[in-house]
Amino acid sequence: MAGKATIIVHSGDMDKVYSAFIVANGALAMGMEASLFFTFWGLQRLKKGQLEKGPLSKMNILGLGKWMVKRRMNKAGATSLERLLQDFHELGGKILACDMTMQIMGIEKEDLRDDLISDYCAVGTYIDEAKDSTITLFI
Amino acid sequence: MAEIKVDCTGETCPVPLVETRKALRKAKEGDIVEVIGTHPASKKEIPMAVKALGLELIDVREEGGVWKITIRR
Repeated sequence: MAGKATIIVHSGDMDKVYSAFIVANGALAMGMEASLFFTFWGLQRLKKGQLEKGPLSKMNILGLGKWMVKRRMNKAGATSLERLLQDFHELGGKILACDMTMQIMGIEKEDLRDDLISDYCAVGTYIDEAKDSTITLFI
Repeated sequence: MAEIKVDCTGETCPVPLVETRKALRKAKEGDIVEVIGTHPASKKEIPMAVKALGLELIDVREEGGVWKITIRR
């Protein structure tokens, strides 16, 4: 199976970033290509030291809900976002960072995990990737 | 011809699938990759990935909640 999955990671919520990486890593594992286009709140998670820092999308309760969910995830043997990111990178996944978000939010390249980012780009690159993709998602 | 063992016991989605793929990428043509694990859905999904990758599924067996999948690259 060839094909490609292109995912816009708009949300920076912990659970949604998990969804994006799990789907993307699943695609890579099944022999597809995968690209993750990080924009807006999603891009915050690519800042150094911020990958695991997103709130829970529902019932975060100032971090209490996130803490409870994290505890249950650990108990269930769920992996970390850092490991998902490293696996994504190792299997040849591509990470794209939205440059407009960087301008709006005052994010510099030095603030981001530049070593993992393939390209700093805009909507044209997303469309160019997505037009040949069999799976595209907005998370 | 090498035999590569991958132990995913206790791991859950998507780790067994991803670790299988990582091992298959490192394997040379003809090498055998043997994955063991306990995550129930992966027992079905790893063979799907093997098919999608056009590789040979040699064996799938399960004993006492632990499955073993053997693949030839």
